[in-house]
Amino acid sequence: MSAPRIEMQTGPDLGPRTAVGPMLQPTLMELSRPGRGGGKIPHPPPGALDAIPAEHRRAMPAALPELNEPEVIRHFVNLSHLNYSIDSGFYPLGSCTMKFNPKINEWVARLFGFAKLHPLAPDAAAQGSLEMLWELERLLIEISGMVAVTLQPAAGAHGELTGILMVRAYHESRGDEERREVIVPDSSHGTNPATASMAGFTTITVPSDARGGVELDALRGALSPRTAAVMLTNPSTLGLFEDRIVELLDAVHAAGALAYMDGANLNAVLGKFRPGAAGFDVMHFNVHKTFSTPHGGGGPGAGPVGVGEKLAPFLPSPRVLREADGRFRLEAPGERPTSIGRVRAYQGSTGVLLRAYAYICSHGGSGLVEVSEDAVLAANYLKSELAGAYEIPFDRPCKHEFVATARGLKEASGVRTLDVAKRLIDKGFHPPTIYFPLIVEECLLIEPTETESIETLDAFAEAMTAIAREALEDPEVVKGAPHTAPVRRLDEAKAARQPDLRWRAMTGAETPCPQ
Amino acid sequence: MPYGPHTTEDRARMLEVLGLETIAPLFADIPTSVRANGLDLPGPEPELELAARLERLAARNRVDLANFLGAGVYRHFLPPAVDQMISRGEFYTAYTPYQPEISQGTLQTIYEFQSLLAELTGLDVVSASHYDGAAATAEAALMAIRATRRERVLASRAIHRHYLETTRTYFSPAGLVLEELPTLEDGRTDLAALERALGVGPPVAAVLAGQPNAFGILEPMGEIGRLAHAAGALFVAVIEPVSLAVLAPPGEYGADIAAGEGQPLGIAPQYGGPYLGILAATDALVRQIPGRLVGKTTDLDGRRAFVMTLRAREQDIRRERAASNICTNQALCALAATVYLATLGPHGLRDVAAGGAARARDLEHALAEAGAPRIHGGAYLNEFAVAVPDAERVHAALVDRGVLAGLPLARWYPDDARLRDGLLVCATEVTTADEIARFADALRVEVGTTATMAEAVR
Repeated sequence: MSAPRIEMQTGPDLGPRTAVGPMLQPTLMELSRPGRGGGKIPHPPPGALDAIPAEHRRAMPAALPELNEPEVIRHFVNLSHLNYSIDSGFYPLGSCTMKFNPKINEWVARLFGFAKLHPLAPDAAAQGSLEMLWELERLLIEISGMVAVTLQPAAGAHGELTGILMVRAYHESRGDEERREVIVPDSSHGTNPATASMAGFTTITVPSDARGGVELDALRGALSPRTAAVMLTNPSTLGLFEDRIVELLDAVHAAGALAYMDGANLNAVLGKFRPGAAGFDVMHFNVHKTFSTPHGGGGPGAGPVGVGEKLAPFLPSPRVLREADGRFRLEAPGERPTSIGRVRAYQGSTGVLLRAYAYICSHGGSGLVEVSEDAVLAANYLKSELAGAYEIPFDRPCKHEFVATARGLKEASGVRTLDVAKRLIDKGFHPPTIYFPLIVEECLLIEPTETESIETLDAFAEAMTAIAREALEDPEVVKGAPHTAPVRRLDEAKAARQPDLRWRAMTGAETPCPQ
Repeated sequence: MPYGPHTTEDRARMLEVLGLETIAPLFADIPTSVRANGLDLPGPEPELELAARLERLAARNRVDLANFLGAGVYRHFLPPAVDQMISRGEFYTAYTPYQPEISQGTLQTIYEFQSLLAELTGLDVVSASHYDGAAATAEAALMAIRATRRERVLASRAIHRHYLETTRTYFSPAGLVLEELPTLEDGRTDLAALERALGVGPPVAAVLAGQPNAFGILEPMGEIGRLAHAAGALFVAVIEPVSLAVLAPPGEYGADIAAGEGQPLGIAPQYGGPYLGILAATDALVRQIPGRLVGKTTDLDGRRAFVMTLRAREQDIRRERAASNICTNQALCALAATVYLATLGPHGLRDVAAGGAARARDLEHALAEAGAPRIHGGAYLNEFAVAVPDAERVHAALVDRGVLAGLPLARWYPDDARLRDGLLVCATEVTTADEIARFADALRVEVGTTATMAEAVR
């Protein structure tokens, strides 16, 4: 039976807009018709801008689209249908912890008292938010075993930069000016070396050993009086706990360097491993991973940083303080001269942090431990379910995620990991992270999280197994995937060769300029 | 655990498949000397109790004040359409569009955001990756440093304090130099001082100026740009996006880069974020701009589609040689801005900007009559500084009278005798005549009190 079709204005290459199924959409600019819209904002009195000298005024109005609200809504609702999301299905994107985003967190962040508060409101007018921030710091201190936390960084990578700038300030405060190197394992996130560069350090990369851990001797060989810090992700990006973490940390500290923990994978070890108590000097949290704040299509996130005694004096300003009388306040400018200074405007992405706070409170200590236990159990279960059809390069219990490889499949059928990933789309799943970490050929990094049912895990394993079979029996079907997505594979080379990064009103290639 | 799906039987089945009786062996790789035994935190808080407690906490924030505080974050009317769209799970529970075939919703909205901001700024390339106005300003300065291979930046001191302090933090490790340029009595950047600074010392990578600047004053951007370019430096405009509905766009007055805070475009103040750093540049700088970029392309069947592109600049590809460590793309905030702009349209946005300007004139007159004249003589759009004797005390007293009287400038310029007794105040399209009257009346009383107190001391 064919779906009813509503013929509407189309772009040159989109086909008819229908009201059924996912469909590509014209851009806002193409939908624009002069004279549409209005009714939102009262017109200011004539002459409102008379006091603005002509030299400062815009000569031509901005060519923004003109649309009425129903069309705007339909546009974005239809666009939303083109997205895959956690709310719609399983999203086992390794290293990203795509767990369920609780709805109470969204409700909390929108309470007027929180949402409408100006970031420069006087402390007396901000006691509710300040108390929440202060309490969240205490919760993260207990979770991490660190002695202090800053909530300011706006993302994990921003937290890394904040942490590494503190490392730098620490060494400089001791007159230890020669420490200009940061060591990272070859399995690290790309943000680690990029952060080191931004903070003015040289990156030294050390290899992993056959068991997926950092090669201890290579690390010892790389450590020197020039080493400022070693950045480790634990559990590693292979989903494996560094079981020689005690020796690694001893080696780092013996060299006079500091140990940075990339907390991207904290979801696996809540209540099992407290980095500060184990000897890490600094770490960041990705609240959009461990504490379920929405990924939002790539952001916004938040990246609080925990530090030990050594780095506490260097925390960015302003800190949230509690006075003896129980009132809360922000540190005044210049109050703590050892601070590395500001890393952003205002005091933090409070709207994101509130969601993390609600998540931690609704779980409590026991619930957070269960989060990690269930995440690890689900990952090991799924790993064992996939072990027949795919190679599992590291044969030991994983934490919350694991690496599989389609290396053997590629040799046998020519089907690559990319093809497997695209074929998963046809089976109704978001693909795992692929080709990361860089050290395992044709790898898939699979993270089921603790909020997926056993039925979902079984269905995913079945789909993966079916794809492995298809690869041998009918490889072209897999290589041509996806077949059922709103679009087929894209010409990424063309996008890079002739970058078209904005709609241009004046080219005349699309619809006419709206004004 | 409130959101876990596993029944006791499910867990038992998974353990059985793994040949285990308990979960413990799965954590045996954590050495016992560093293994933790749970968390010393309160137990789970049922949703009902959590909701009630956080409602009480939210009520402790004073959002009932008549608010004249801007200083980089502005309250505007938020069309409900914006929150409805960013509340769709398809948008807010998706991740970075690594799989474009099932991410066209996010990708197309980012492309639309890039297009709309390019229109507003008059520039070509827009990145939606930046955290806030401060981080965007710091990244703009670093871009200019990479593009010119020079290491010295001049910035008007009338740029948001936090932006300059953040830039200084970003500059510190590499030993980059950030010099502040003085302002004149009328509130504008001192062009003679700029010319002198460009003429001596190491070559300058970029000149930064705000439009409107941190005092709300309109700068002679064209002249600043010409001076910068004559010295081979790039020109960075620090902008406020709503104002671009009525003010000349950076591309028109010769800016190479525009940086700013996107919060006014449909994002709630939220006591600090999340916000949206705006970073836009000319085509010539496309390979220097950090952050995700979305481009138009086609699929195998020739259908138009969108994809992240020019990825060779990014950290996950280039690692230590990347343009920045940025990994975020601030997609949900960019979506809010896109829905906001689409809902208001060009005329609605102009009404927002001009409505704020009209209210600000009313505010200026009311405050002047109440004994608080403007400090600077330069033209302004919707924010300006007024002189109030004993400003910090008056500001605190006005909170008790239900008025948030802007920002005491002593916090940002403690060493400036002229600004120390200044309040930076703003009006927007949501400011009412009644709020202005309340502010003026309360101010009249408090300024009178200051005079009386001074009299008593004498």
